[in-house]
Amino acid sequence: MDVFSLLIDGFFIAFQPLNLALIVFGCTIGLFIGAMPGLGSVNGVAILLPMTFLVPPTGAIIFLAALYYGAMYGGAISSIMLGIPGASTAVATTFDGRPMALKGMADTALVAAATASFIGGTISVVLFTLFAPPLAEVALTFGSPEIFALMILAFATFVGLGGDDLPKTLFSIFIGLVMSAVGLDIISGQPRLIFFGLPGFYRGINFLVLAIGIYGIGEMLWTIELNRGQVKVTQAKVSLRRIGVSLGALRHSIKTMIMGSFLGYFVGILPAAGATPGSLMAYGVAKTLSKHPEEFGTGKIDGVVAPEAANNAASTGSMLPMLTLGIPGSPTTAILLGGMVIWGLEPGPMLFVENKDFVWGLIASLYAANLFALLINIAFIPAFIWVLRMPFTILAPMIFVLSLIGGYAPTQAMHDVWLMLIFGVVGYLMRKLDYPMAPMVLAIVLGPLAEPAMRQSLLISNGSFAIFFTRPIAGSIMVIALILLFLPLLKTAKTMIRRPR
Amino acid sequence: MRRAELVMAVVLAFFSIYLMWKSAELPIGWIPGEGPGGGAFPFWLSTGMLVCTLWILLRWFRRTSPIARSTAVYMDSHALKMFLLVAGSLTAMIAGVEVIGIYGAVPLFLIFYMRVLGRHSWKLTGMVALATPIIAFFFFEIALNITLPKGFTEPLFYPLYDIFL
Repeated sequence: MDVFSLLIDGFFIAFQPLNLALIVFGCTIGLFIGAMPGLGSVNGVAILLPMTFLVPPTGAIIFLAALYYGAMYGGAISSIMLGIPGASTAVATTFDGRPMALKGMADTALVAAATASFIGGTISVVLFTLFAPPLAEVALTFGSPEIFALMILAFATFVGLGGDDLPKTLFSIFIGLVMSAVGLDIISGQPRLIFFGLPGFYRGINFLVLAIGIYGIGEMLWTIELNRGQVKVTQAKVSLRRIGVSLGALRHSIKTMIMGSFLGYFVGILPAAGATPGSLMAYGVAKTLSKHPEEFGTGKIDGVVAPEAANNAASTGSMLPMLTLGIPGSPTTAILLGGMVIWGLEPGPMLFVENKDFVWGLIASLYAANLFALLINIAFIPAFIWVLRMPFTILAPMIFVLSLIGGYAPTQAMHDVWLMLIFGVVGYLMRKLDYPMAPMVLAIVLGPLAEPAMRQSLLISNGSFAIFFTRPIAGSIMVIALILLFLPLLKTAKTMIRRPR
Repeated sequence: MRRAELVMAVVLAFFSIYLMWKSAELPIGWIPGEGPGGGAFPFWLSTGMLVCTLWILLRWFRRTSPIARSTAVYMDSHALKMFLLVAGSLTAMIAGVEVIGIYGAVPLFLIFYMRVLGRHSWKLTGMVALATPIIAFFFFEIALNITLPKGFTEPLFYPLYDIFL
C-alpha cells in the first residue's frame, strides 16, 4: 500500500543521526518536565520552541513531539511517586498509582505506566497512519452539541469515580464547574464571579492552582495526619527480575490498555479535547467496566494502565486535527501549530501532499520516540524509587516548596499561590469527610470546554435542549451518558430490593 | 465526625447560596439572540450545589450514611496540632515570599520544618536549606526563564542576572 511505503520513507528520515539525537534528547527533557509538578508538556513545548530555530523544521517538530511524548510518560512518575500529578494529563494516574506506591508496588506501577504508555502510543500511531484522511472528515462534522454530549459522557463516567456518595460527588462536580466559570465570560465578555473584587480573579482560576493545591498541599496534609509523625519508608527492590514480574502481571490488563488506547485516540482527535479529558474518561470507563469497581482507588493496576495508555494515544490523536485541519487537538498542539506556521509549514490537507517527507517523518519519529521514552523511563526507575526512600519529614517540605513554585510558575502571580493554599487546606478538610476531590479537579478542566459548547448549542436550537438528542452523534453519546449516570441509582435500588429478603 | 459533617454541610450550603447570589450579577435567563445569560451556567450549578448540601443534611438527620452515624473524632489533638503547625508554617512561608521573596522564605520554612517538626540534625537541615534555593534558582530562573518572586531582596540579584541571563 502506498501508505506503508511512505511510512518506510518516514523511518529513514526519523533515523537520521540528527533527528535520532533530537528524539532521545526530547524524550529525556520531556520526561523530567512531565515529572515535575506544575510543569507539563504545554510548558515544555512553549519554553523550548524558540530553541528549535537552530534546526530544520522537520527536526524541530520531531524534537517537540518527542518532548510531548516524554512528558506523557513523565507525568506518571510524579503521580505515582509523590501523589502529585506531574501534569494535568497525569491526574487520573494518581488515583491508583499513589496507593500502589504506598503499598510498596511503586516499581510495578511505574513499569505498568511506562508499558501502557508504550502500547497507547503504538496503537495510536498505527491508527493515525491508517485512518488519517477519513477521520479528519468526521472530526469536521463535530459541532457544539456533539462536544457538549461528549462532556456529559465524561461527567457521567466521573460520577462513577466518586464512589457511593452521590450527593457529595455531584457537589464536587458542580463546584468545580462553577470555579471554571470564574473570570471573563467567553460569550458576553463580562466579568463573572470576581470574589471580593480581587483583580486576580479576572484571569479565572487556573486548573493547575486547584490541582497542585489539592494534590500537593492537600495530599501532604493528609499523609502527615495518616502517618501520625512516624516515617513510613517503602522499600522497593528494583531488579530485572522484578521488572519481569511486573510485566507478567500486566498481561491481565491488556484489554484495559487497548480500551484506553482507542478511547484516548478518539478523544484526542476531537478539537480542543486532548490527553487530559482522554485519560480521565479512560479511567472512568475502566472503573465502570471492571468486575471490581470498588477496588479502583486502592491501588489497582488497571487504574494506572487505562489513563496512561489513553494520554499517550490522545497526544498522537490530537496531532491529527492539527496536521489535517489546522485545528489544534489539544493545548500543546496549539503551540506546535504556532511553531509550524513560524517554520513556514501550512497545516491542512495539502500538507500530506506537498510536504510528504515532513508528515511521514514526523509519524515515524513518533513511533521511535515512543520506543526510546519507554527505554529511558524504565532505565530511570531506580532513580525515581530513590526519591521515595527519603524520610517523609524531608520529602514533605520539598513537596510544599515545589508546590509553591509550581503554583506560581503558570501565571507568575502570588494571588494564585494563596488560592492554592486555600484549596489545599479546604480540600483536605472536605476530603476527611469523604467529599471526593477528583471530580472537582476534572470539572474545572472540562468546564471551559463544556460551557461554551452548551451555550452555542442552545443558541443554534433557540433554547431547546432537544438538540442534544435529535442530532444523531450527539444523541447516541447522550444516551450512553444517561445510562452511565443512572447505573449507580439502579445499583442502589437493586440492593434496597434485595435487603428485605 | 457527625458534628463535622453537619458543620461542613451547613457551611457549604451557605457558600452555595452566596454563589447563587454572586452568579446572579449577570443575567441568568435567556437573552434573545445571545443564548443563556452569563450568569445562567454558574447560577443553576450553585442551585444544584445547594440541593446536594440539603440532601447531605437530610442524610445526616436520618443517619443513612456511615459518616452521619460515626461517632469517631474528626481531628484528635495530635492531628489538630500537626495540621495547625503545618498549615500555619505554610501560610507564614507564603506571606514571607511576598515580603522577602522565595529565596528568603523557603530556607526559613525548611529550617523550621526539618528542625522543629522533623528533628533532623543541623547539618542536614543546613544542607537542604542551602541547596534548595540554589538549585531552584538555576533550574527555574536560568534554565526555564521563570522569574520567581523576590520581594525586597530583588536588588541583591542584579549581579546574578548580569552574569547568567
